[in-house]
Amino acid sequence: MVIYLLRRLGLALLTCVFISVLTFIIIRLPPGDFVDAYIANLAASGSSVSVEQAQAMRQEYGFDRPVVVQYAFWIGRVLQGDFGVSMMWRRPVTEVIGDRLWLTMVVSVAALFLTWMIALPIGIYSAMRQYSFGDYLFTTLGFIGLAIPNFLLALILMYLGFRYLGLNVGGLFSAEYVQAPWSWARVWDLAKHLPLPAAVLAMAGTAQLIRIMRANLLDELRKPYVITARAKGLTERRAILKYPVRAALNPFASSLAYLFPYLVSGSIIVSLVLGLPTVGPLLLQALVAQDMFLAGTIVLLLGIMTVIGTLISDLLLMWIDPRIRLEGR
Amino acid sequence: MQQTPMAERTALAIRDLAVQFESEQGVVRALDGVSFDLHAGRTLGIVGESGCGKSVTARSILRIVDRPGRITGGHMLLDPGTPQEVDLAALDPESKRMREVRGGRIGLIFQEPMTALSVHYTVGNQIIEAVRQHSDVSKEEARNRAIELLREVGIPRPETRISAYPFELSGGLRQRVGIAMALAGDPEIVIADEPTTALDVTTQAQILALLRRLQAEKNIALMLITHDMGVIAEMADEVAVMYLGRVVEFAPVQQVFAAPRHPYTRALLRAVPSILATPRQRLSTIGGAVPHPGSRPTGCAYHPRCSERIGAICMEQRPRPVPSGEAGASCFKDEAREQAA
Repeated sequence: MVIYLLRRLGLALLTCVFISVLTFIIIRLPPGDFVDAYIANLAASGSSVSVEQAQAMRQEYGFDRPVVVQYAFWIGRVLQGDFGVSMMWRRPVTEVIGDRLWLTMVVSVAALFLTWMIALPIGIYSAMRQYSFGDYLFTTLGFIGLAIPNFLLALILMYLGFRYLGLNVGGLFSAEYVQAPWSWARVWDLAKHLPLPAAVLAMAGTAQLIRIMRANLLDELRKPYVITARAKGLTERRAILKYPVRAALNPFASSLAYLFPYLVSGSIIVSLVLGLPTVGPLLLQALVAQDMFLAGTIVLLLGIMTVIGTLISDLLLMWIDPRIRLEGR
Repeated sequence: MQQTPMAERTALAIRDLAVQFESEQGVVRALDGVSFDLHAGRTLGIVGESGCGKSVTARSILRIVDRPGRITGGHMLLDPGTPQEVDLAALDPESKRMREVRGGRIGLIFQEPMTALSVHYTVGNQIIEAVRQHSDVSKEEARNRAIELLREVGIPRPETRISAYPFELSGGLRQRVGIAMALAGDPEIVIADEPTTALDVTTQAQILALLRRLQAEKNIALMLITHDMGVIAEMADEVAVMYLGRVVEFAPVQQVFAAPRHPYTRALLRAVPSILATPRQRLSTIGGAVPHPGSRPTGCAYHPRCSERIGAICMEQRPRPVPSGEAGASCFKDEAREQAA
């Protein structure tokens, strides 16, 4: 078990290094370097930078050194929390991203929980009552859910919420809390705004997970240990929840890691429509404006969070499946 | 005719049991009028090829036939002739009564000790669950009982093995765990569905010896499902030979081996490898394959493969069923022989 953990941790670190290299490549991908872009930017707004100044900047950022050294420079700064300056906003990247990273996580995790809370019971129901009316109904709803573009649903829900429920739709905060410092009142305000975006984001994933859970469970229901459980005299409900459902959760836990980046990248348009202060729209803007420090930082952070998600799903798997836990015992 | 005395209490009487699987492709009669008795302290061997309905019989008795299978006729009388007599075929499979029977009155031992246990829980967890299902004991008592059960089935160091996961045990030990679990509710009837098929020969002998010992100790009525005539010879008191959802021959075990009455039984016995055979002698097989139960041959279902057909009657009429509790064969040739005698 310790070996398993250590190996996973080592792999996670290695993956992070690869991600950082990729990010570095992305940042350097556009022609010219940051200083060229900076000068061009300044020139466009009327001011200018002397050749000496430019040279000094290049030295400061290490742009006159070999690529490997430049990478070392960059990663050294990143490790100190300095992600460079956003061209578009002319402010440090950390400042631009600010709360957005955490808010993205909050929205994504909320959507994830909602997905599980809806998909698990329905998937179990569909498998246990295969080909029943309810199964067909949920299947149909599920495919509709998969087919409707998220942003369309977001618009419809916004309209309905505003028109009939008088909800304050859009964004994650009410106007008075947008710029306010964190307080319990602000958290509560966030909680009130969360259901709508979470529901919209959860929809497609839910439809997918229902199908996965249904298929997994149908496989497991055919296994002999289910008959064993029934032959013991357990109620059908207990026999199924304790044994095959537990086994069917395995693929669920391992797909957890992939859901996170999926939610973030899939949420860009929805976030734009709903005006959510998440990193999705920021990433889109940064890419359009070729703001490579900002884009690179977001890609790096999302990558690292995905690695962390993978680690969490590995821990979950260990908890669910004793065969993994006891490996090498 | 030698008849084995049947003084022992009849624990379970199956009468004309019929089970159907309805699907879009049509109706499959998995069981078509099966009758036999289980007696305390005795072993009924049920033998036949794959697909003859052996396992469906076992699951029907416990009322855990998978959908779309359902019982369409017949009775399964638990404690027949006593005031407690109950027809399992008439119970709701999800009722409390039926669940008390499952594991509490009738235990089930499985073919695949690997897949019949869940890999997600320790063997202790799975046995304790079975113990507590059928008696009102504390967790601590249930645990002690589980250790006791593991010791009874011959598992060394049961105190440590109780916290092992099934995949940490050998096939033989796993099957012992399976037996311990079947005995957890202290049932008087045990159904063993091919309990030794997945095991190597040495382990097989040990498991059979264990079953015999436990049966003697607890006076268990054992229903042993197998396709192995060797296991039948070693274990069974009576034998029911099944073919396509029917019992085609029923007889005490010596009689089945000494004077089989149904051509199918004779063919099965010829297909058993013998060390007395001359070298390079080809092993006799039964020609053809078991027909799909959905397209059951007319008349006697065995007639297309039968080497002893006596004429059109075999193809057109259904031979009389084996009378329950008596030795007999469901075969026109046997009827003719009986009339001649």
